[in-house]
Amino acid sequence: MSAEQAIFYFFSAVLVGAGAAVVTVRNPVHAALFLVLAFFTSAALWLLLEAEFLAVTLVLVYVGAVMVLFLFVVMMLDINLVPLREGFIRYLPVGVVVAVLMFVEMALVVGSSYFGLERFGSPPRHPADYSNTKELGGVLYTEYVYPFEIAAAVLVVAIIAAIALTLRRRPDSKRQDPARQVRVRREGRVRLVSLPAARRPAQGEGSSES
Amino acid sequence: MISLSDFLVVGALLFCLSVAGIFINRKNMIVLLMAIELMLLAVNLNFIAFAHYLGDVAGQVFVFFILTVAAAESAIGLAILVVLFRNRRTINVQQLDSLKG
Amino acid sequence: MKSVYVGIVLAPLLGTIVTGLLGRWLSREAVHRICIGGVALSLILSLVAFFHVVGGGETFNEPIYRWMFSDGISFEIGFLVDRLTALMIVVVNFVSLMVHIYTIGYMHDDPGYKRFFSYISLFTFSMLMLVMSNNFLQLFFGWEAVGLVSYLLIGFWYQRESAIYANMKAFLVNRVGDFGFLLGIAAILMYFNSLDYADVFRAAPLLQDVTVEVIPGLEWSVITLICILLFIGAMGKSAQVPLHVWLPDSMEGPTPISALIHAATMVTAGVFMVARMSPLYELSETALSVVLVIGALTAFFMGLVGIVQHDIKRVVAYSTLSQLGYMMVGLGASAYAAGIFHLMTHAFFKALMFLAAGSVIIALHHEQDMRKMGGLKRYMPVTYWTMLIGCLALIGFPGLSGFFSKDAIIEAVGESEIPGAGLAYLLVLLGVFVTALYTFRMFFLTFHGEERMDPHAREHLHESPAVVTVPLVLLAVPAVLVGWLTVEPLLFGGWFGEAIRVAAEHDVLARMGEGFHGALSMVLHGLLAPPFWLAMAGVATAWYAYLKRPELPELAKERAGVLYRVLVNKYGFDDFNQAVFGDGSVRLGRGLWQVGDVTVIDGVMVNGTARGVGRLAVVMRLLQSGYLYHYAFAMIIGLLVLLSWAVAA
Repeated sequence: MSAEQAIFYFFSAVLVGAGAAVVTVRNPVHAALFLVLAFFTSAALWLLLEAEFLAVTLVLVYVGAVMVLFLFVVMMLDINLVPLREGFIRYLPVGVVVAVLMFVEMALVVGSSYFGLERFGSPPRHPADYSNTKELGGVLYTEYVYPFEIAAAVLVVAIIAAIALTLRRRPDSKRQDPARQVRVRREGRVRLVSLPAARRPAQGEGSSES
Repeated sequence: MISLSDFLVVGALLFCLSVAGIFINRKNMIVLLMAIELMLLAVNLNFIAFAHYLGDVAGQVFVFFILTVAAAESAIGLAILVVLFRNRRTINVQQLDSLKG
Repeated sequence: MKSVYVGIVLAPLLGTIVTGLLGRWLSREAVHRICIGGVALSLILSLVAFFHVVGGGETFNEPIYRWMFSDGISFEIGFLVDRLTALMIVVVNFVSLMVHIYTIGYMHDDPGYKRFFSYISLFTFSMLMLVMSNNFLQLFFGWEAVGLVSYLLIGFWYQRESAIYANMKAFLVNRVGDFGFLLGIAAILMYFNSLDYADVFRAAPLLQDVTVEVIPGLEWSVITLICILLFIGAMGKSAQVPLHVWLPDSMEGPTPISALIHAATMVTAGVFMVARMSPLYELSETALSVVLVIGALTAFFMGLVGIVQHDIKRVVAYSTLSQLGYMMVGLGASAYAAGIFHLMTHAFFKALMFLAAGSVIIALHHEQDMRKMGGLKRYMPVTYWTMLIGCLALIGFPGLSGFFSKDAIIEAVGESEIPGAGLAYLLVLLGVFVTALYTFRMFFLTFHGEERMDPHAREHLHESPAVVTVPLVLLAVPAVLVGWLTVEPLLFGGWFGEAIRVAAEHDVLARMGEGFHGALSMVLHGLLAPPFWLAMAGVATAWYAYLKRPELPELAKERAGVLYRVLVNKYGFDDFNQAVFGDGSVRLGRGLWQVGDVTVIDGVMVNGTARGVGRLAVVMRLLQSGYLYHYAFAMIIGLLVLLSWAVAA
């Protein structure tokens, strides 16, 4: 067993274990943390596949941003865990059967008879001065420039959507609406009422004017 | 030497785990979202493995876009989750049946 | 000459537009002066045209205005003025003018006076367009326009239930005929690719052997098909059996209309059309035979119905039907000239009879039942004598106009060898007797015998005013003379020239012409011929039955009850139409409404779709549990199945 294989099997085992833990642990905070572990290990596997840029991105973006968001949400929400675990045991056999069935079928397809070394030999290693980031960037900004733009738009929409969804107007907050202030008319503010004239006090008494 | 099928089997294993996760964690919406993230991870692994063995960088470009979309998806999904929780005080999927015909 | 022809048509049109649109601001006198002026101008111009054509002038055949040009076919307004047209426009304008003048007296107290004048001027215009046309499109325009005016005028007194019924009936029956007519024109357009008379007639002999499958398995000659379709139109307009039912009812209209439209001009449009189409009809013996037999049946059987009518106008109406039958017989026997000749003489004497009948009706304050007349000779001498002239002309008394034309037709049928000519000859001969019988029955019941009107009416009896009697006298003149003057050139002199074409083997008039030695000898010969004696027998029968022994008809009525009832019911045509077409279409409509609309469209298609969707949705909504994980399961199961399928493949 070469070092490479040893690394592969180690990280694969950790990845599968972390994945299993994500779906089985009781506490969602733990599940999120196991998911972080799964991302880390798969980033290691990607490095093994010479996808350095994506591996780093996965760690930075996913672990750094998305998973933090997950954790944040999980911790912020006051979740009663008991009802959420109902049926866990009941549905476990079904889930396992389906998963095993699916895995067997997939293994038949992706097994070594079709995708083994005889069919797909291990490609030669890139030289030391090879830059995965440079190559990816070269393709991304030429051939895939339009999808790249669209992806940017999708991200903007996602930002706006996330903000719009969670934005809450508090009824008791005080704020100004300049448009309404400009539009206001006299009729809306001033009400003329006719009042009966009050009896004027006698002339002699009111001499304080002087 | 590690063969392509080794990576693919790991990916398939991860995928099936997340499917099982969807089955058994049917009520907890957060774990459901996590299972979906796991699924995407399995898919990404496949893409990168193919990109490496076929010598084509396009597979990595795909992963790049999937990461983008998945980030957007989880951001919106979590936003929805927050709003949902704010309105119903629960994230139990079983109680979210206003789609019932 | 072109401006003259345009003027002929436009003068009455101008009259109708001015009086129709501006009538409200014009006095009654102004209205009738404008209309009469227009028609009089038209008459003068048509006389100019007539003498131009007779004097050897060129036949005019030119488009005036092109309406549109499409797919190589030109749709035009154009005039064809040959001798046939010239004769027709003079007759139309003359009768029309007489009727215009007569109307001043007849409609004197009617609130619709101005409207009436506008209508009859419009009619004159339409009829002139019809006869002067040089193409089928304009012919159809005129055809429909006169039909429209006829509809308007039958229903002139629109407050009367019976008038509304009658004009609706006339309109509907004419639609049946016009449908055939339009199909005929369409067939012409399809096979000749032109609507121009001249083009069609030139190309017609080339199509003689072309056949068309009318219904699968039945091959017909195209020409025959076209001729018969056109004749169906003529049957509607000229009231031939079985489309005659509207004409007796059209007597609901004012009498001048009965004279002008339903006796002298419009109903003869069919006759004119067939004569105009002679180059086509000559190519199809089958079509000629159809024309002949239909005409003969109409001539005889409609005359019989006239015997049992009590309304004076209806008797004259049935007489019109019968005479139209005679004209058709003449055409069917290829004696087109004789048919047109009879058309002309009939226009004069029948207009005369109608106007005379109208005069009687005015005198009796719009009483039309002959059982309440009698002995009017004393009170109305002018009407009496003019009516007598009309009656004698109608029965074909030798020397009067009707004699020449009718005798010529009967003789032509006798000479003809077209299939059905034998039967037609028998029917027209018997028709002479019947004609004389009903005519003089009407005459004797009205003017002779005891006075049966109520005493109040009798006190006011007097001769009609001059505006009524002058047209009578003016019409009586041609009713007597026109036959003498025109029989020789019209029938035997080849007067019509190229306007009427007759195939040599059909040319019965030429054969008759060999034995013709002038009008006088024809009269003398007529005194010995069977038609004369049959007519005299008819008059004698009428005299015996209605003057000598008035109780006889009642006796006959009881004896021949079945026959009488058949005649009174007019052979059941009306009942049949009412039951089958009237009630039938009501029932069909109700059935379509109940079954098609309410049940199928509303019930099954509209509400049924909604109900079906609703029911389906009741089942389908059970699938929508609303739980997200159910949908997720469905997706995963689907993925599993897809994967299995991929592995298995």
